[in-house]
Amino acid sequence: MASSGPEDLHQTPLYEKHVAASGRIVPFGGYALPVQYPSGIMNEHKWTRDNAGLFDVSHMGPSFVRLNAPSGDAEADHAAVSALIEPLICGDIASLKPGQIRYSLLLNEQGGIIDDLMIARSPDEAGVLYVVVNAGTKDGDFALIEKALRDSAVLVRADHDNALLALQGPEAVNVIAGLIPDAVQLGFMTHANMSWNTIPVTIARAGYTGEDGFEILTPAAHAEDFWDALLTDDRVKPIGLGARDSLRLEAGLPLYGHDLNETISPIEAGLGFAVSKRRREAADFPGAQRILAERDGQLSRKRVGMIIEGAPAREGADITDSAGTVIGVVTSGGFAPSLNKAIALGFVSPEHVATGTKLQVLVRNRAQAAEVVETPFVPHRYFRKSI
Amino acid sequence: MTTKFTQDHEYIRVEGTTGVVGITPYAQDALGDIVFVELPSVGKVLKKGDEAAVVESVKAASEIYAPVAGTVTEVNEALSGEPGLINTDPENAGWIYKIEIADAGELDGLLDAAAYADMTK
Repeated sequence: MASSGPEDLHQTPLYEKHVAASGRIVPFGGYALPVQYPSGIMNEHKWTRDNAGLFDVSHMGPSFVRLNAPSGDAEADHAAVSALIEPLICGDIASLKPGQIRYSLLLNEQGGIIDDLMIARSPDEAGVLYVVVNAGTKDGDFALIEKALRDSAVLVRADHDNALLALQGPEAVNVIAGLIPDAVQLGFMTHANMSWNTIPVTIARAGYTGEDGFEILTPAAHAEDFWDALLTDDRVKPIGLGARDSLRLEAGLPLYGHDLNETISPIEAGLGFAVSKRRREAADFPGAQRILAERDGQLSRKRVGMIIEGAPAREGADITDSAGTVIGVVTSGGFAPSLNKAIALGFVSPEHVATGTKLQVLVRNRAQAAEVVETPFVPHRYFRKSI
Repeated sequence: MTTKFTQDHEYIRVEGTTGVVGITPYAQDALGDIVFVELPSVGKVLKKGDEAAVVESVKAASEIYAPVAGTVTEVNEALSGEPGLINTDPENAGWIYKIEIADAGELDGLLDAAAYADMTK
């Protein structure tokens, strides 16, 4: 219950708005951010699932990678900028179409995950990528990327002069239609440069709650006005970090620093889809040897979702088989407001990953029943545009 | 009937030789939505300061300590189905357990209402 002084933390351009809305401010990734507002995490979570939740995610690391000497040939420039960043990751960036976004992973030489990130091809500028990394890892990520760009491209941080807002939930599209009408044309995992009241914004149809929604990068000077404009709509409420976490957990999405770290590989994490076919065939990414062997079945652990009977099993709780032998550990756990049950993500040895496997979790040294289930726990509702 | 408070935000309402224990309105507000309560078993003998119950919010688990020594005589089973009673009515419907007080003298070491109000100001 202790509240540490937010004065030594970074403030986002929306800090005063959170305080004015009686947000309970906590330190998070070096920033002072609201964990919840007065209505509470449970209400905020449910509001987002039913309406539209507005999140301040300005602590994250948006940036642009820009080729120094673009030729003007869009395809050649995209190939050139992709070739600079691909050696760090396991994703196929070269094949992205203008405006398309790909979820990818920064890897170390052992195939461990340095961070998970979004990489997007600019919709209208040749040789430009939009890259968004996690808050806690951003300085290291940016240094790594800059090194790989050498003298051929620059990384321009967009986290200091901008705010990043996420509008998530089934009503998000109807709300955004009133402010940035063109945005409703975006398909899931695409982005565009648009404007709101002549203010330039970069808007992506993406998010990390399992819901349809948008992430909007807006200049810091206009962030408060944009925040207010969204909140004049009755379908929108501000949502804190607490509900953001329970929403992403229900969506079965791993969180860096908890479900992902530098020892865990993409295959172990259940993110094999992020290892693109072309890259697999070329085996030209960091840790390829380990990752490809794991893909062929040589795994020592794998991420699973579990439904827990009784008290929530939190990060660090041991997972045992039905005989009581420890076979893994919980990496994210909590209460799922949409399901009214405790759920968890964790890593277990490969013989225990089948759906329906009965396991146990140790909560305060007592064994509680757990069952391996398919994730997401709550179905995703992304907007898949028919082509 | 008096109510005493701990520095850890438990209250104990003294009814004869029995104490009704729960968490204060201040504590429930700080914890946020309560989603699970682990109750003690009836008959459990507690020393002052022992962990008696666990209250879990969406985000975290918090231990509830025994304000005084004694034996658990009753637990609030309603919390198993409706843990949110601690949020909506912490001092009445949201009580957690009752204890047969072993040593009434231990109550003197706890905060009275005014001192607790001062502490949480």
